Amino acid sequence: MGKSTLKDLLERTPLWQQFVAIALVGIAMFFSWDGFLRLPSDLIIPMKQWITQFFNWLGNDAAIGEYKFKQFTRSFALVLKQPLLWAEYFLYRGYRPLDLPPVPWITLILAGGIFGHWISGWRLALFTMGCMLYLAVFGLWRDSMRTLSIVVISVPFAVLIGLWLGIWVTRSKRAASIITPMFDLMQATPHMAYLVPVVILFGFGQVPAMIATVIFAMPPMARCTILGIQTVPPEIIESGQMSGCTPRQLLWKVQIPAGKRILMLGVNQVVMQTLAMAVIASLVGATGLGQKLLNSLQQLKLGAAVEQGLAIVLIAVVLDRLTQAYANRTNNYSPPEPNLMKRHKHLVAFGAMIVVTFILAWMFEEASVLPRSMTFTFGTQLDTAVRWFSANAYAYIQPVRDFLTLYVLLPVRNFFLIVPWPVVVLMVGAAGLRLGGKSVAIQCMSLVMMIVLFGFWVPAVLTVYLVFSAVIICIMIGVPIGIWASRSDRVATVVLGICDTLQTFPSFIYLIPVIMLLKVGDLSNIVAILAYATVPAIRYTYLGLKGVPTVTVEAAIANGCTPRQRLLKVELPLALPEIMLGINQTIMMALAMVAITALIGSRDLGQEIYRALPTADTGRGVLAGLAIAAIGIIADRLIQAWAAQRKKLLGVAS
Amino acid sequence: MTSEVKIKCRNLWKLFGSAPESFMREHDNNPSPETIEKAGYIGAVQDVSFDVHAGEILMIMGLSGSGKSTLIRCITRLNDPTFGSMEYDGDDLLKATPEELIEIRRHKMGMVFQNFGLLPNRDVLSNIAFPLEVRGMPKAEREAKAREMIELVSLTGREAYFPRELSGGQQQRVGIARSLAVEPDVWFLDEPFSALDPLIRAEMQDEFLRLQKKLKKTIVFITHDFEEAVKLGDRIGIMKDGRMVQMDTPEQIVLHPATDYVAEFARNAPHERIVTVRAIMSDTTVTGDNPIDAHALIGAVAKRVLTAEAPIPVEHDGQIIGSIDRTAMLNGLFGDDA
Ligand SMILES: Nc1ncnc2c1ncn2[C@@H]1O[C@H](COP(=O)(O)OP(=O)(O)O)[C@@H](O)[C@H]1O
Ligand SMILES: [Mg+2]
Repeated sequence: MGKSTLKDLLERTPLWQQFVAIALVGIAMFFSWDGFLRLPSDLIIPMKQWITQFFNWLGNDAAIGEYKFKQFTRSFALVLKQPLLWAEYFLYRGYRPLDLPPVPWITLILAGGIFGHWISGWRLALFTMGCMLYLAVFGLWRDSMRTLSIVVISVPFAVLIGLWLGIWVTRSKRAASIITPMFDLMQATPHMAYLVPVVILFGFGQVPAMIATVIFAMPPMARCTILGIQTVPPEIIESGQMSGCTPRQLLWKVQIPAGKRILMLGVNQVVMQTLAMAVIASLVGATGLGQKLLNSLQQLKLGAAVEQGLAIVLIAVVLDRLTQAYANRTNNYSPPEPNLMKRHKHLVAFGAMIVVTFILAWMFEEASVLPRSMTFTFGTQLDTAVRWFSANAYAYIQPVRDFLTLYVLLPVRNFFLIVPWPVVVLMVGAAGLRLGGKSVAIQCMSLVMMIVLFGFWVPAVLTVYLVFSAVIICIMIGVPIGIWASRSDRVATVVLGICDTLQTFPSFIYLIPVIMLLKVGDLSNIVAILAYATVPAIRYTYLGLKGVPTVTVEAAIANGCTPRQRLLKVELPLALPEIMLGINQTIMMALAMVAITALIGSRDLGQEIYRALPTADTGRGVLAGLAIAAIGIIADRLIQAWAAQRKKLLGVAS
Repeated sequence: MTSEVKIKCRNLWKLFGSAPESFMREHDNNPSPETIEKAGYIGAVQDVSFDVHAGEILMIMGLSGSGKSTLIRCITRLNDPTFGSMEYDGDDLLKATPEELIEIRRHKMGMVFQNFGLLPNRDVLSNIAFPLEVRGMPKAEREAKAREMIELVSLTGREAYFPRELSGGQQQRVGIARSLAVEPDVWFLDEPFSALDPLIRAEMQDEFLRLQKKLKKTIVFITHDFEEAVKLGDRIGIMKDGRMVQMDTPEQIVLHPATDYVAEFARNAPHERIVTVRAIMSDTTVTGDNPIDAHALIGAVAKRVLTAEAPIPVEHDGQIIGSIDRTAMLNGLFGDDA
């Protein structure tokens, strides 16, 4: 009886009244006990230390019989190293023992061109070759090939494991119930958090980078596999069954070919994630472009950083275009060309190209490996230019920055810091209960409690503060741009094109301009997050507005709405659930970026991960990563629940 | 009809929802529609019994959502029925193991789908050869067979086309050819022509009748179009809310609809092309010249009967068995209540 009245009470009072009540409680707490702001250290569960100890034990002492676990991991690493080595021999090192040179750079560039032409056409071919030429001419060839070696070897592993897991999930309910939430968690955990345990188990260098890369890049593939298999129209599956397919035949002959496009988009995501991770893995000693960029940034050689950053961007865009084009191409089934020569023209061209370029490389040293003397860099000039620019611009930027920091950001931050943690627990619970029911409420509340109990409350609050500030600005920028794009197809093409391109860049890249213009500080962090996370706000606003049914819009016009009224009273309310999902994405990306901004100094969870790296403090790194994931999951659960509720109310299909 | 029974269904049930079997058991395997709805289940097929005879075209007719597809999915065991029994050539189909089921589908059943269900990544030839491929027939052999099928459905010259390059009608021809490639005993068609334009649909219906004349398959054909059912079917089963309300020849359904629901369909049906003289004649024999054949469709003789002053004799096998007059003809043409 008492319970049900409490439930009634909770359900009947408006959410804001509950929030006010909670806030009042909060004020009382603020004055009563410091522990509500920062849990005393003797109350904190020493999970950090336990995890660290566990991994240290695993890395050093654990043994099965007389074989140490460490030996096992080291030999595992040794096995994985072989394909990586071969990729390196092939791409840039050459095989010393046999005195074999690497594949000539001109061969690789032309191969890229032929590949581009094969899957899409001349434009992609020229673009690919142009970008590769940039790598060669600017002396970044070796480093690019180092990074690409990791990508080339990691991608097949990630794709195969992801494919296998995805298939497994579609076949077994039990697997689905375990693996799906794990993927949620994995995708919400920032890249860097993966590096910490890997370093403990596998040491520093190329191979650990590769392992972290594979683990990180695999979930999107699994997800796309699941989606691809599950979205095959039921009639196609039934026609396969009625044709007498065994379950295996059904999978390989019907479901996978019919879902191939989505699978290929999965491969695209794997490639992009792999590249992003290969760049960030420079933090654990992976060599390549990422490492060069990291060095340049740390030494404030901004000119070089720009050149290296551009190389990473170009590689990202090329890989994205190639894999996307390949994915889209898979559904263009058409009859084969009858003429054999013509049908295999790319193969023929490839063969001829190999012969010619190898002969050239044999005759001219320069065609084999471009000598340093023939490359050039504008590093120093760029550096001077950048320095000059930022020196001059800084005079204007600094006052703005200081003003914003002092009068906007710091007050917000201080406000966040005085909120007692039980208040947050209660508010999250109340919102969860109202939006998604009891299980969502309990889930969200326990995630907050874990952050508190494991001693990450303060950095978590600082993280939320950064993300909150950044997301507000993202909305202020992204939603209007989305509205603008939805008004004109021409604008939409340009804006969405830019969004697509921006999204392919590894997050690391966004630090360069920020450091150039703003130096370090909270505002720089926020701006870096902004640059990375605004895209979904734009895209979903656009999609949401475009998704408003034409009849509704026409009815509004017929009712005499001005364009402004139409937007504010009809379109935006209808598009709101979709826009909120965009904001959800923005929050996720902002959280991912928080970890990266640790490199330019911050005091949030990202910094906790970053600090954990050199000290091999696994517990700290992993838990901080999971805390970021927890914040993301809470936001995601609440927003998704809200959007679902709202969509149902509006009668728009999800 | 006395020919052999190919498929025999008794008390077939299919409920959607969680754990429907135990729900069925709790209600003596015969819950009422209200009970089903109250318990939150969807009673897609409820207590359906019927036979399919060898060589007949059995049409299953009903509005969308009445459970036609679910019924056909139960018979092909794409869905497992919740309760009931099914025999195929006297063998219990529900006892078939997955392996046996695959064998049955590979050799005895063919199915055509409303949205064709073609594999987008295979050309026409390879789509049609697909059921033969999965049962392991060598390439040359299966392609020869597929070409034969292509000729049968008049798609010669399109072998190397991919589904997306074909019109809806052509795609359905591929679907038909594929389902026939295994030379099935029983041929299932689930609204095969519903996704097509009316003109193409009429053309495909004629094509279907032409094929059947040649092949003489046992056919279960689903449609939501009463005219189509009448045009193609030997018998029609009418479904409503998961139940089979009436199963009979088109003529009987038109003349003696079991419920108001059926009468509603029958009202607009072209009686003149369905009803035979025999069904509406009276037994009183009269004398006269030039008697009418008892099997003639009333449309064919309407003019003569309606313009005649006196009843006209009806003959069968050279014997006068009754007579027909204007009133009977009018009732036959427009229904009793007209
Ligand atoms: N897999 C399923 N799960 C739940 N309900 C279903 C499923 N398949 C069909 N139904 C329901 O069963 C009823 C009959 O569907 P169906 O057999 O497809 O009808 P028809 O083919 O006559 O249009 C409908 O109410 C439909 O919503
Ligand atoms: Mg149907």
